Amino acid sequence: MSRTDDTLLLANVSRRGLLKGLAGGSALLLAARWDLGLANEQAQFGAGAMPGGWVDDPNVFIHIDSDGTVTFVNNRAEMGQGIRTSLAMVAADELGADWARVQARQANADQDRYGNQNTDGSRSMRHWYDPMRRAAAAARLMLEQAAAERWEVPVHEVRAEVHKVVHPPSGRELGFGELAEAARELEVPGRDALVLKADSELRFIGKEAGLINGELSQTHPKAIDGEDIVTGRAVFGADVDLDDTLYAVVARPPVYGAKVKAVDDSEALSVTGVEKIVRIEGTGQPAAFNPLGGVAVVATNTWAAMEGRRALKVTWDMGPAGDNADYTSAAYRASLEAAAQSPGKVVRQSGDVETALNEAAARVSATYYMPHMAQAPMEPPVAVVRLRDGKAEAWAPVQNPRATREGIAELLALDLEAVTVHQTLLGGGFGRKSKPDFVIEAARVAQAVEGRPVKLQWSREDDIQHAYFHAVSVDHLEAGLDGDGKATSWRHRTLSPSIASLFAPDPKHKGEFELGMGFNTMPFSIPAIRLENPPAPAHVRIGWFRSVYNLPHAWAIQSFAHELAVAADRDHRDYVLELLGPGREVHNLTVGDGWNYGEDPDLYPIDVARMRRVIERATEEAGWGRETGKGRGLGLAFHHSFVSYTAIVFDVEVSEAGELAIHRADIAFDCGPQANPERIRSQLEGSCVMGIGIALHSEVTFKEGVAEQDNFDSYLIPRLPDAPKVLRVHLIDNPDDAMGGVGEPGLPPVAPALCNAIFAATGKRIRRLPVGDQLTG
Amino acid sequence: MVTLTINGREHELDVPDNMPLLWALRDVVGLKGTKFGCGIASCGACTVHLDGEATRACVTPVATVQGRAVTTIEAMADDAVGRRVQQAWLDLGVAQCGYCQGGQIMNATALLKQHAAPDSEQIVEAMAGNLCRCGTYNRILAAIERATDKEQSA
Repeated sequence: MSRTDDTLLLANVSRRGLLKGLAGGSALLLAARWDLGLANEQAQFGAGAMPGGWVDDPNVFIHIDSDGTVTFVNNRAEMGQGIRTSLAMVAADELGADWARVQARQANADQDRYGNQNTDGSRSMRHWYDPMRRAAAAARLMLEQAAAERWEVPVHEVRAEVHKVVHPPSGRELGFGELAEAARELEVPGRDALVLKADSELRFIGKEAGLINGELSQTHPKAIDGEDIVTGRAVFGADVDLDDTLYAVVARPPVYGAKVKAVDDSEALSVTGVEKIVRIEGTGQPAAFNPLGGVAVVATNTWAAMEGRRALKVTWDMGPAGDNADYTSAAYRASLEAAAQSPGKVVRQSGDVETALNEAAARVSATYYMPHMAQAPMEPPVAVVRLRDGKAEAWAPVQNPRATREGIAELLALDLEAVTVHQTLLGGGFGRKSKPDFVIEAARVAQAVEGRPVKLQWSREDDIQHAYFHAVSVDHLEAGLDGDGKATSWRHRTLSPSIASLFAPDPKHKGEFELGMGFNTMPFSIPAIRLENPPAPAHVRIGWFRSVYNLPHAWAIQSFAHELAVAADRDHRDYVLELLGPGREVHNLTVGDGWNYGEDPDLYPIDVARMRRVIERATEEAGWGRETGKGRGLGLAFHHSFVSYTAIVFDVEVSEAGELAIHRADIAFDCGPQANPERIRSQLEGSCVMGIGIALHSEVTFKEGVAEQDNFDSYLIPRLPDAPKVLRVHLIDNPDDAMGGVGEPGLPPVAPALCNAIFAATGKRIRRLPVGDQLTG
Repeated sequence: MVTLTINGREHELDVPDNMPLLWALRDVVGLKGTKFGCGIASCGACTVHLDGEATRACVTPVATVQGRAVTTIEAMADDAVGRRVQQAWLDLGVAQCGYCQGGQIMNATALLKQHAAPDSEQIVEAMAGNLCRCGTYNRILAAIERATDKEQSA
């Protein structure tokens, strides 16, 4: 955790007292916040560059009651990554709190008070580790000062231990609870007065505990929400219970951009329990986070609303949808494959690719396809909103509380201060709940029944048919090999609709933040490289899906690297280690426009040595090179994303009949310092299983603008029998680099590693996802 | 009027006969531990016990469960097997987001009540109908094995 110490040294400026009342005006915020010497608003990278920046005021995040209960305020969305537990563990460790007396309270949407709350990009721990430790260290110092004043002794004679402050010379001690009231009256110490605990003093941070590769090592601090989850008491968005609630579902246009032409609601209104029909105006294209429009059925319970919707007769005006109404997946795929044959916008170039390709001893080319997918969190979108006395209040499972609050305020023409957004637990997010359209929809219905809370529930059909879809993609690669099989040229054309099409007229090209996700940062050391991005139009709402454009980029690059190794008749691992070249740091500004997950490229270069290390570790653990027998094989893939490094090896077997068995997965992961290794493991395990689903099953196709799948019987996601029989996560001990992301970087290499293993087992190359029946057909 | 016995208590509900038990539990009785995930018995988030048998509440009309014992996740802490399963879930840190886990625990508890010590093939088969989008399956398997009756399996 040396970063923390470095960072502290850099802040050698006394700001004693300035922290008090940090939530005040923005001028004070500017003065008090501290990011490598820059105020948040001036920071170019990292947490300080995020809207709202960071806050480390203990009065904002830490409350100690006189009974000793310590409450940490959690400002990030909890969607299964365990952030409520992990951030509380970080703060509790630094404070010295007894875990049995720790609880978490969820912050409402208030970025001015809590700093950035937009929970995406695998940023929560890497952006909040330092501020939480500082907040807790400041609180600990305040407790020590309160004790010293009580005992009338110098503060250096006292020290905090677990949940108490002691005075060794006299043997006196006082509990945190007994000191809380006096400590609260003290000035918050300046950051220069803080001394963070040494690693040797830590009880929780970085400690390996819990379930490690099938073995329970020791008791881990129990999860904040664990007991509530297993007993059914945890409150997700759908579980908010207010008196007098009305329930709503919405019939939405089947095609993106279509509008309601006419509604016959007579039968719907005759369904028992249906109270009202509400027209929702769509906002056209681009949709951004606005509702798609349609007709809401409002009833006394969810079932009645659903029955009412079934009885509704809506005719749609397809005119405003334009050519979205012709969108058909097979034809679209063919059009992208055709476009991939022509040069596109050049985003990175070195050497002369065309000459090198023409002079190559052998040329290899391949085209890879990844379909649309829906995030499909187990909790479908749902929200409760009440508009009363000119104020709106929402309870919702959202990843981006700020955008939710702004969207409601804009729709209802209210000041931001008149809108309260209560953050519930999320029953999964995966990027779907980064878009608060479903909450804004609920606000629109609440407006029509002012005074009463409205719970607006999406069905699974709504969720899959009206997702913000993961972009469909075609990637076409061509490489030239010399007489020894060494790659001398590499040309990659990537085609996907852009997420930017959601917010502005369709740019038809990927933006910097999309290309920066593993495309122009391709780390192989090859003399001639040209990376191109031909156009691809959007016809549906395109949105973030866990790890986003890293998925198609890793899928194509990692599959193709294996194809080159096969063409060169070389061992895959040895071949890619040669392609990577010796350990070195690649500064991402040298390989494109420089988007680097919002992080400083000097602090977070692409470190080839770290990439090599995860490859070596995963292959060693998997027993790479061993005899596997007929129909069985090992497959490797690796990827850098969200400033972390992942490599995976699968051991699979394919029967004569084409049935796939995944015997084992070995994942090596390097995210730099590990705050809560147990939850890092769980994220990597979950990513592996989700990635298996991406490889084998998940696909949304469109026919004339309408999604052809609508529930888990047609849109398939992994089930328990799909999981590897043995799943091993190997965490690289690397406390010295800067902290990386965890929630997303495990996902991108899964599909290519699995398909490479299928090739090793069968000789059959998969270039179109999902695998589906390609092994049996 | 429909009369239901839920977690040992009688409830008189003024709901249509065809209302799925899921929505009666959630919106009318106010028991929110049983979750909506798909509405077509494809994900298992709504799993309850009917006379001890794991059942998908989202496709079970309330009228068909009159006179039968409905048990939900809220009652599992008071059930010896249910609590053992919950404890195994906690010990192994199974849950990520947690939304599906009530249904997983209900399904696992019903399995362990039928087979005190199922083998891993039986567990995989019994749990194949319960989806977890977070992908906690390996820990679910390990937790069920941890919760099996060790004396029976010995």
